[in-house]
Amino acid sequence: MFDFSPFFDNFDEIMQGFWATLRLAAAAAVLSLIIGTALASFRVAPVPVLRAFGTGYVNIVRNTPLTLVLLMCSLGLNDILALKFSDTSSTTYYWWAVLGLSAYTGAFVCETLRSGINTVPLGQAEAARSIGLTFTQSLRVIILPQAFRAIIAPLGSVFIAMIKNTTVAAAASYAEVALVTKTIVDKPTFANGVIPLFLGVAIGFLILTLPTGYFFGWLAKRMAVAR
Amino acid sequence: MTDSESGPDLTKNGPEDSAPEPATAGDRPLVVVEHVNKHFGELHVLKDINLTVDSGEVVVVIGPSGGGKSTLCRSINRLEPIDDGTILVDGKELPKEGKDLAKLRADVGMVFQSFNLFAHKTILDNITLGPVKVRKAGRQDSQKHAMELLDRVGIANQANKYPAQLSGGQQQRAAIARSLAMKPKVMLFDEPTSALDPEMVNEVLDVMTGLAREGMTMIVVTHEMGFARRAAQKVVFMADGQIVEENTPDEFFTNARTERAKDFLSKILTH
Repeated sequence: MFDFSPFFDNFDEIMQGFWATLRLAAAAAVLSLIIGTALASFRVAPVPVLRAFGTGYVNIVRNTPLTLVLLMCSLGLNDILALKFSDTSSTTYYWWAVLGLSAYTGAFVCETLRSGINTVPLGQAEAARSIGLTFTQSLRVIILPQAFRAIIAPLGSVFIAMIKNTTVAAAASYAEVALVTKTIVDKPTFANGVIPLFLGVAIGFLILTLPTGYFFGWLAKRMAVAR
Repeated sequence: MTDSESGPDLTKNGPEDSAPEPATAGDRPLVVVEHVNKHFGELHVLKDINLTVDSGEVVVVIGPSGGGKSTLCRSINRLEPIDDGTILVDGKELPKEGKDLAKLRADVGMVFQSFNLFAHKTILDNITLGPVKVRKAGRQDSQKHAMELLDRVGIANQANKYPAQLSGGQQQRAAIARSLAMKPKVMLFDEPTSALDPEMVNEVLDVMTGLAREGMTMIVVTHEMGFARRAAQKVVFMADGQIVEENTPDEFFTNARTERAKDFLSKILTH
């Protein structure tokens, strides 16, 4: 049982899977941050239509299973409606996975950021308004920079959850590490040793997520706003 | 706390009261408040308020807590919207929202009780932010002007620190410099010394007195009677959402016309 040779026999394949996971996670981190920031800005905007859109989006996407979101992207939008990013199927599935995962994670980033905005004292916004900054300016220059500094640590948790959620992209035909692992196990030549293989992959995830957590914790301390 | 502070202040500055008022006080009305009403739910906080502040005039608003002083002050740059009535600043009615309102606010300085310096920016950046982002002034010019202002309020050596590293008095002086950097037509002070340790009150009041002497138009909500006597041309006494009495400082403190004002003064000036 503690013979890890099934893991090392397929090491190259698994590493390729992890590389695919990493590419998906990195792109989704950037995109979900952008989506989440836009949504949070909508949710605090003085325009009712924007607020309604932000609230509606978060409530729908946050409460939909990620598997469903990703299947909607790959099966629904890509296969049925033939909305493709590229003619190469692996590329187009990659981008749909990025988009689906970001759309989903963005809702969580939005809610985290909104709680961060609530930690910024009202007086900061009043002072910003009193020197003549417009709503957008005060949000961009005063409120969001302070809100982001307040949510670095919880944002780390959102990203750790997102990294683990990349495994769901297997359902959307994207060949990340979970799908690779499943393929290895399904091979007719694979006799036994599923547990060591899974343990190996789990450790691989720890190597990705543990430093993420420590990094965000360190950053949160470094960037804290003294009041 | 502030009462015991203003007591000695009064006697100390007594002789100065008869000093001539600044000659710069023009008669052009700069802020005109007409028939303004405001409610907070059931509470009628501003009841048919009328007030005119001329260019160069220093008006001190005093009165008991909850009397509507701060609300009046905050409504002049529309941090509090009013229910009805009109407020004119330099002849123009306050815009409702958006860019026009932002433009107006740039001309109306505001100093808060809790300073409200931008916590994530240095003192220098706090002061240059408005000129650079709102007035579209050059960074270099803004910094030079900011340093002059910091020098004037006596904290030029703190320029590169963050607000949390400064004492309350220093923060409030920086906040005044931040307002001044916008070259405002009028400045609003909403209890600027109420959150300060007693020994820091005077350093802020000195800066404000200096501004008054130079002819800045000021509306000051405060409990500092000494400052009112020293710097104001007009005292407005507010209670229960109404302006109960408008008077010169001398008359008001020695010979108030209304019973309500006499009662208020007797409570704060006896000890």
